Parts: sequence; structure tokens; C-alpha cells
Amino acid sequence: MEVALALIVGLLVACSIYLMLSRNVLRFIFGLVLLSNSANLTIFTAGRLTRAEPPLVPSGLPFPTELVANALPQALILTAIVIGFGLFAFSLSLVFRAYRELGTLDSDAMRLAEPRPGGEAETEGRDAEQPEAPRSAAS
Amino acid sequence: MNSLILNAATRILVALMLLFSVFMLLRGHNEPGGGFIGGLVAAIGLTLYAIGHGTREARRALRADPRAIAMVGLALAILAAVLAVIGGDPFFTGQWLFIGGGEGEKGLPISSVLLFDIGVYLVVIGSVLAIVFALEDEV
Amino acid sequence: MSWLLVAPIMLPIIVAILVFLVREKGGWGRWLSVVGCVLHLAVSIALLLEVWKQGVIAAQMGGWPAPFGITLVADLFGAVMVLIAAITGLAVAVYALADIDRRRELLGYHALFQCLLTGVCGAFLTGDLFNLYVWFEVMVIASFGLLVLGGDKEQLDGGVKYVTLNLISTVLFLAAIGMLYGVTGTLNMADLHTAVGEVENQGVVVMIAVLFMIAFGIKSAVFPLFFWLPAAYHTPPVAVSAVFAGLLTKVGVYALIRVFTLIFTQDVDYTHGILLAVAAFTMLTGVLGAAAQTEFRKILSFHIISQIGYMVLGLALYTPLALIGAVFYLVHHIIVKANLFLVSGVARRMTGSESLSLSGGLYAASPLLAILFFIPAFSLAGFPPLSGFWAKYLLVKASLDVGHYVIAAVALVTGILTVFSMTKIWAAVFWKPHPETNGSGLVRLPRQEWLSLVLPIGFLAGLTLIIGFFPEPFYVFAERAANQLLDPSAYVAAVTGADS
Repeated sequence: MEVALALIVGLLVACSIYLMLSRNVLRFIFGLVLLSNSANLTIFTAGRLTRAEPPLVPSGLPFPTELVANALPQALILTAIVIGFGLFAFSLSLVFRAYRELGTLDSDAMRLAEPRPGGEAETEGRDAEQPEAPRSAAS
Repeated sequence: MNSLILNAATRILVALMLLFSVFMLLRGHNEPGGGFIGGLVAAIGLTLYAIGHGTREARRALRADPRAIAMVGLALAILAAVLAVIGGDPFFTGQWLFIGGGEGEKGLPISSVLLFDIGVYLVVIGSVLAIVFALEDEV
Repeated sequence: MSWLLVAPIMLPIIVAILVFLVREKGGWGRWLSVVGCVLHLAVSIALLLEVWKQGVIAAQMGGWPAPFGITLVADLFGAVMVLIAAITGLAVAVYALADIDRRRELLGYHALFQCLLTGVCGAFLTGDLFNLYVWFEVMVIASFGLLVLGGDKEQLDGGVKYVTLNLISTVLFLAAIGMLYGVTGTLNMADLHTAVGEVENQGVVVMIAVLFMIAFGIKSAVFPLFFWLPAAYHTPPVAVSAVFAGLLTKVGVYALIRVFTLIFTQDVDYTHGILLAVAAFTMLTGVLGAAAQTEFRKILSFHIISQIGYMVLGLALYTPLALIGAVFYLVHHIIVKANLFLVSGVARRMTGSESLSLSGGLYAASPLLAILFFIPAFSLAGFPPLSGFWAKYLLVKASLDVGHYVIAAVALVTGILTVFSMTKIWAAVFWKPHPETNGSGLVRLPRQEWLSLVLPIGFLAGLTLIIGFFPEPFYVFAERAANQLLDPSAYVAAVTGADS
């Protein structure tokens, strides 16, 4: 089981790196979400996979009677998922706002904060490639 | 979204989901459930309302700014943590009050843990809705 | 004394809540923020005194014993970082009275700022790795909000790069935590100190250590991983970028120092050897990058990178003297760097531009501001007797002591090039006449605005002078902090031993 999960984690990381290599910021964000999910799976696997009861103390007893699962990795993952969700929502709306304001999703064309030494450049300089961005955003 | 079915259905569904979310919140005391999952259920209900009737209507139905709800929830959670210090224990130690408890009778347990859970419930509702509304408004 | 440990974290978050709820009621929010920062400073001083008297103190949340519950710890290093964060926070909060416009206030600047302080202090005081992750996230989310607050085009552009690269670091950190938990079964740092040594396969530990190094390396903007910093730090308002420049990357450095003195000390030759090379390249690339820039804040941004190199150098050498130097450097650097950013804001207000070629004439307009720039700028470059001199002296001496002549030379060359950059700013912004008005018609700031902008600058410059002229007590302090870092037995005992 561990092997299968390890392979899945590897596959997810490979996919996410492929996505993150894209110049399109939206794809990059999707890659990042995959990556954070694979990190969560890593924690899950690292917490050992056992067949056991949920870690609940039965009513009236001071401690659980049967072998219970390790609750810590799940607590960690839950926290990480929540944080990841918040960050993803934030970065999605940031990218969307940036797309509306800057008119591009191509990370190479985002030069407003760091203009090329030559001068004007910036986002307008790449008019020819402009139509690329909206289409890939829609797909 | 302008759909009659969705419009009519959400009115009932929202009420049901809000009720169910309070049930989840209180159930979390001794069984699976709790403030986090309850807050998510409530947030989903209100999100559904926002999809059916638009965010403006949803904000009006909610009355308060979702971010303010989250802040109040955070304040409650902190209050629950600080209550322990007033009781002379380390931070975050649960403080219990058994109303009507006596010999052999447990009574109705009220605890700072519950207060913390309610805080979490509000934080989750507030922050999820703040994100959802912001995204809905933007797109 | 558990409340002393909790207060520096709880106080800003409570202030954040209050400030957010009153944000629409005129100027209440900003004054609340300042009052909160004053209280925070008082609490931090109390904490530092307590740690100085009693040694390392720890508190277990909810009364759960150490490796199982959530632990807060303060040793001298952590406590002094909290104090410095509080000082920077107060200076920036006062500065923000004049610097932050009403629109950004309504969007929640003050609340986010206090959340940022919460995250920073939480990261300095936490005793386990997963909570360090959580505090990093609190800090990072607040910093995202602050960075793009107001939504200017430039800010969005810088924000996209800052956010995406920081998210990568977050995920790597999380994956590293997962693996470390997998091999040791614990995440409490004091517990890890012993647990990591007992792992059979030390190769895995070294691999995890390098993963941590990359994650924290992105946060602290060291050599191959610093690209997000110069892309973003010059875009937001000065009251935001000053606190970023002072604190954020330093939290990464703090985490590096903490983790590589407390947990990963098994294969020092390998891990700290990498850090040594990283430090050298960080110093050089940072300072060379700065030499190529022509805007006030961009130059300063690149200098953050080169200065990070010095701190990492202190950690990489891993001798008592080097760690003393690193602690000393951190304290000196945060004050100086935040101050320089604050000065750049006043300069832009008065000259109307951040570009070196379009500004000028500040010396004639305000000699006081010129002096207040001179102090941190030449302290940064390491002129005696300012604070930066002692910090650099300690680090160079430490590297000569162990025979790393090359790195000592790199550190000295970096110092010289820093002088070059600082004189460049001095000559262009303060010395030469203003290109348009010919030095006469700079913007005069209203009295109240001027006061709230210059008071924090003077306060921080005063601290720089005090550290510079009386380094002895600071050295003694740094020595004790470094000794605690090198010999974590007191730290471990405080966490795992008797519940305080």
C-alpha cells in the first residue's frame, strides 16, 4: 500500500512540475495545488498506514479498547488543507485581478515591477502574443 | 444564476443546512463533528444561496460583513483560551461547568471547549463566505 | 510565567480584531494599532528580562506534556527576535499614521499589519515544527494581503511573483515536515534534537535537512532562490515594505539558524558546507545586483539579499564566535534595514521620485534627514563605530579564525561594494541639486506628517548609534544567546523537563 501511495505521490509531483514549468500563471497555480496535495499525501503515508479503529474513546471508558489509527497526521493534513485552500483562493483571485489589470497571464510579459533595462517594454510590448493568454486561460 | 428550480430549492435547503450545521457543531462534543465541519456545512448552505439569488441578496440575508463574523469568531476562540488562565490553568486548558450537576448526576456540561468550537464555527463561516463573495463579485 | 510567552502572540491578534471592527470609525484604528504596538514592546521587554534572569522558559498549551502538545519556548535568541520585531512594529506603526492613505486603511491595513506581527512572533516562540509552519502561513497570508493591498498595477505584478514563489517554499516545508515525521515520529523541536540522532539511515536525515534548507532558503532569499524579493519589495507603500524588509526574510534566517543548530547537526561538514557556499554567493550577487540598480528602494532590496548572506555565513561557520556574529548581525540589520526603507519613503515624498536621476537636493532641504540617512546607510556598509562595523568584524574574525580566508575576503569586498551603493544614493538623492527645481522647490511636508514620518526614523537611528557606541552589553548578550544555540541542552530540558 505504501508503495502504491509513494508512486501516486511521485506521479502527482511529476504532473505538478510539468504544469509549473508553464509560462501561464494560471497553470502554474494549478500545478502548485497538485503539489500541495502530494505533500499532504506524503504526510499521510509518513504517518504509517494501519487498519485500525478511529481514535475515539468509547462512552464510559477511560481509553479506547482496540487498536486505533494515528490521528496526528490527519490533524496535520487537515490543517494543511485548510491553509492550502485559503492560499489557493487568494492566489486565484490575485491572478484573476492581475489578468484584468495587466491584460496577460504570461509570466514573461509581466514586467511592470521590473521593467527591461531598454525602457518601454512592459506588457504592451508583447501585443503580438497577447491573444495567447485569454485562450489558454479559458481552456 | 437565474434558475427557478434552484431559487425555490435553495430557500428550503439553506434552512436545512444551517440547522444541520448547528447539529454538527454540537455533536462534535463527543462524536465526529465539531465547529470546523459545522462551519463548512453552513458556509456551503449560504454559498448555495449566493449562487441562487446573487451575492448582493446573500450579503443582505447575512446582515453582517462576513469578515466581521470571522473576527468575532476569532475573538471567541481567544476568549476560550484566556478563560483557562483566569481559572489558573495553562492556556487552552478546557474549563468545565456542570449546570445542575450533583451526586452521581453529571448535569449539563458547559465548557470553554464549546466556546472555542463556536469560535471556530464562526471563523470558518466568515472566512469561507468572504472568499466566496469576493470571487463571485469579481467574476 | 506562561502568560509572558503567550502575550506577544495574543496581543497583536486581539489588536487586529479590534482594529478591524473599528476600521470605519475615523482615525481610531491607527491609534489603536500604535497603542497595541507600545504594549507589545512592553511585553517583549518583560519577556526578554525574564529569559535573561531565568534561562530558557517554556509553556505547554492546554497542559499537555511536551512531545504531545503544543509548546511555546523562549530562549535568548527567540526572545530578542520578538523584541526586535516589536521595535520595528512600533516604528512602522507610527510611520503608517502618515504613510497609509484612507483607502488602504478601510481595506484593513492595520489589521493585516497586526496579523503579520502575530505570525512573526509566533514563529519566533513556537517549539514545534508544524506550528512553525502554521505561523509562517499566518505571516505569509498577512504579507500577501499587505503586498497587494490597494491593487496598483505594479503591486499586482510584484504580488504574483511573490505569492507563487512563496507558495513553493510553503509546500516544500510541508513535505519536509511530513518526511521528518515519518522517520522520527515527532515534530517537537526539542524532542527532535535527540530523535534525529537515533535514526538509523542518516542519509535520509541529510536529504530532509537539505529540503528544509531550500524551503527556508526561499523564505530568506538566499542565493539561487532570491528572485521574488527584488521583484516585489519596492512595489507596496513604504510602511509595508519597511516591515517586510526588516522582518520577513529574517524569519527565514531565524528558522534556518534554529533548525540547523537544534535539529540537523549530525553532518555539519556537508550541510553547513553548502550553507557556506550559499552565503558567499548570496553576499556577492546581492551587492552586485544592487550596483546595477538606479532606484532607491530597488538598491535597498538587493542589499537585503547581500546582508542575508552575512547572517547565513555566521550560521555556516558554526563556531561560537560566528554564531555570536550572526545574532548580533540579525539584531543590527533589522533595525538598520527597516530604517533605510523608512527614509526612502520620506525621500520620495519630498523629491517626488524614487529614481536616483530624478531626485536630489535633500541635503539642502533637510540636513536632519540627511544625517538620519547617513547613520543607517553607513552602519549597513560597516563603518566604525556604527553597529554594522561590530557585526561585520565579528563575522570576518570568525571566518579568519577557522581559516576560511576566501569567505572573509568575500565579506570584505561585499562591504566595500555596499559603501559604493550607499554613496551612490547619498550623492544622487541628498547631495546633487534636484534636476527639475534646482534644489529649491522640494515638497515641504506638513508638520504633523513630518513628525510621524521622522520620529520613527530618529528612534531607529538612535538605536543604531547606541549599539554602535556601546557594543559591549550587546556582545555579552549575543554571546550568551549563541551559547544557548550551540548547546541546546538547556532548551531541551526546559521543554521536556518540568512543566513550568
